[in-house]
Amino acid sequence: MADNEGLRRRDVLKGIGVTGAAAGLATTRPVASDAQAQPATESHAHASAPAHNDSTADAFRFFTAPESAVVVALVDTLIPKDDVGPGGVEVGVPTFIDREMASAYGRGARMYLDGPFGEGTPQQGYQLPLAPAELYRVGIADLNAWCVKTRGGKTFDQLSAADRTAALKVVEAGQAEFTQVPARAFFNIVLQNTMEGYFADPIHGGNRNKAVWKMIGFPGAIGMYADDIEKYRNKKYDVEPKSIQDLS
Amino acid sequence: MTTKLKSADIVIVGLGWTGGILAKELADTGLSIVVLERGAPRDTNPDFMFPTAHDELRYAQRHELMQNVSRETLTFRNTASETALPMRQLGSFLPGEGVGGAGVHWNGATWRWLPWDHEPLKLTLARYGRVAIPPDMNLQDWGVSYDELEPYYDKFEFLCGVSGKAGNLRGEKIAGGNVFEGSRQREYPNPPMIQTQAGALFEKAAKSLGYHPFPQPSANASQPYVNPDGVAYGACHYCGYCERFGCEANAKASPHFTVIPLAAKKSNVEIRTNARVLKVNLDAAKNHAESATYIDASGREFEQPGGLVILAAYALGNVHLMLWSGIGQPYDPATGEGVVGRNYAYQIGSGATVFFDEKTWMNPFMAAGALAMVIDDFNTGSFDHGKEGFIGGGGISTLSSTGRPIGFRPVPPGTPAWGTEWKRAVVRHYNHTLAINNQGSVMAYRQNYLDLDPTYRDRYGRPLLRMTFDFHANEQKQANYIADICLKIGQAMGADRVVRRASPQRYSIVPYQSTHNTGGAVLGTDPKTSALNRFTQSWDVPNVFVAGACAFPQNAGKNPTGPVGALAYWTVDAIKQYLKNPGPLVPV
Repeated sequence: MADNEGLRRRDVLKGIGVTGAAAGLATTRPVASDAQAQPATESHAHASAPAHNDSTADAFRFFTAPESAVVVALVDTLIPKDDVGPGGVEVGVPTFIDREMASAYGRGARMYLDGPFGEGTPQQGYQLPLAPAELYRVGIADLNAWCVKTRGGKTFDQLSAADRTAALKVVEAGQAEFTQVPARAFFNIVLQNTMEGYFADPIHGGNRNKAVWKMIGFPGAIGMYADDIEKYRNKKYDVEPKSIQDLS
Repeated sequence: MTTKLKSADIVIVGLGWTGGILAKELADTGLSIVVLERGAPRDTNPDFMFPTAHDELRYAQRHELMQNVSRETLTFRNTASETALPMRQLGSFLPGEGVGGAGVHWNGATWRWLPWDHEPLKLTLARYGRVAIPPDMNLQDWGVSYDELEPYYDKFEFLCGVSGKAGNLRGEKIAGGNVFEGSRQREYPNPPMIQTQAGALFEKAAKSLGYHPFPQPSANASQPYVNPDGVAYGACHYCGYCERFGCEANAKASPHFTVIPLAAKKSNVEIRTNARVLKVNLDAAKNHAESATYIDASGREFEQPGGLVILAAYALGNVHLMLWSGIGQPYDPATGEGVVGRNYAYQIGSGATVFFDEKTWMNPFMAAGALAMVIDDFNTGSFDHGKEGFIGGGGISTLSSTGRPIGFRPVPPGTPAWGTEWKRAVVRHYNHTLAINNQGSVMAYRQNYLDLDPTYRDRYGRPLLRMTFDFHANEQKQANYIADICLKIGQAMGADRVVRRASPQRYSIVPYQSTHNTGGAVLGTDPKTSALNRFTQSWDVPNVFVAGACAFPQNAGKNPTGPVGALAYWTVDAIKQYLKNPGPLVPV
């Protein structure tokens, strides 16, 4: 059960004297948050193993170690841990994205990927010959190459938090010169999957401990409000969210 | 290669609302019926059980219940001067696949279209004259009036256990219902649903402006219900997992637990699932359908002969089959001749988003697919749109259908899409925001049509359907006019901030808008402008009937499932008439 696992994890961390915000910090450590860039090897080692008591649950299935460091850095930049609520990394979003890329979705099982390929208009939508997992692979390589070229020889994950944010804004604006795929196409899928992992049911690997649902006040999979809808009209509905596993 | 099967009296292609109703009703004739459904069998238990069915990622994001476009999709362009490119993933609309079709994952909004929507040409000419109609608009009547369809609307509402309040009972206007609706013979089968805070705010604000708010007619049962066929409905839980999901409570009407099991029980009905019809085979003269070719789960090809063929796939699927099979003359936009693919239409959206203080709680997750308060004061037939310089109108509503946070996390314009400021805005506004939406009508135009793509093919080697569609000035004027009304209603709610959402400039196939595709094989009274006669019978191939939203000559400011159901029952009666003396029901 995801929840129990989360509890166990908290207990373990408590046992070694790490609690609350410190536990959160532990999970974001793989991403260099100070100006001092960390050596790539150390970054990768941490990236594939956010603090968790079950090592196989977080083992990456699709991304290589250098790729996973970039994914962790991207997620940490898009949804940092802050005074508002949990960061994307600490709730498992990189694990979520990795699982999705290893799944039928990542492999484009429900996409039409036959040619010929044309650029098209924005109204015609996605036209690359790449399934999501392939887009990540090529996009990460492009992102790193662009960062190395324009950011003092550093890959994206080696940049400071401030530099990552600045770089990602350029990518979002479509102004980063990627050589293989349009920067915007890569940015869009990373943002979409990051949000999916952050807000989805914990069964998919993100939103650990339903921390994100707690933050916004979404009760999760409960879905039994016939008796409450009138009673709580214009009132706060303060309940412990339930995940699919909680209710199974 | 192809195995030829024993002939059936009636072959039905597709098993959603239309195919389900036709199979169940025509079973009473005692004739042999074969139903061919491209997707898998499924039922409430085990497919839609709680809690696994409450998975936003799986159903709402990954489209578990919808058409798999790796097998069949379409190409799209805004205008004929562009090269159409494939819809490589689902977006703007979500056709269903499998037993029940899109009737499984719909929201449940069950409207009768306004009398105007069935006779827009006649009523426009009478009120404004031909000068009001843009020269490239193919405005045309159904050939079936609202009054003729009324008993069929009634039948569908009782099948679905619709929860609502009448506003026009046998000509008498009733406050609290929709006073703009056509006359109905009786009250809805179930009382209206319980409204949310958003609905209550909308109702109060709309009333204060002199409008006429009413609860949206909803096929989410407000109480336990047994329909005239003896099918039991559970009461809606207001769970908020409705559109894009199957309902675990059998509270949302769906063909999979109503008409389909009743049809399946009959010894003269055989339902074949994972049976994908690729083509309807005509005789040499092209005026008689002989059989349908389909493949099964293993890819084996079969030919199913039949005396009568009914196309009951999704609107776009029906048109694709007609074009590929040669049923009727394809439409040519250059000459305006031909009818199959003509009058394809969609809907247009606009509105306002209303941001409240933190003391106003919406609880957006307490929701149901069709739970909404609506006004029809600015819908097609309700007001003087001629004065505003356009034809049509829209339903204005606040819909409480979901608080699922991957899809629903409103933030004010100007908020970054990520980072701490984004997160702060999501937390601030998640429970304190509502949307007012215009579901705007879209008329048919000469330039908007469906045909076969010259380049791209589906997995079965057939050309993809090609959609050429864009919004026109008439609709944009309407959407902007109604956006102003939405803004006014929002401002009357006393919120912190109201943001107007203007008409889109171009139609885009990317963001979800609605699964309300209409036209392409429309009914009518003139074989030069309609593919079907007023009984949904092909003018060219009289032993083919084509029912569903593809038959609507233009789109309305209301969800299409009500008229889809009514038209299915209308078609049942037409086919019973046909069976007495097979041939054209309307002489050509």
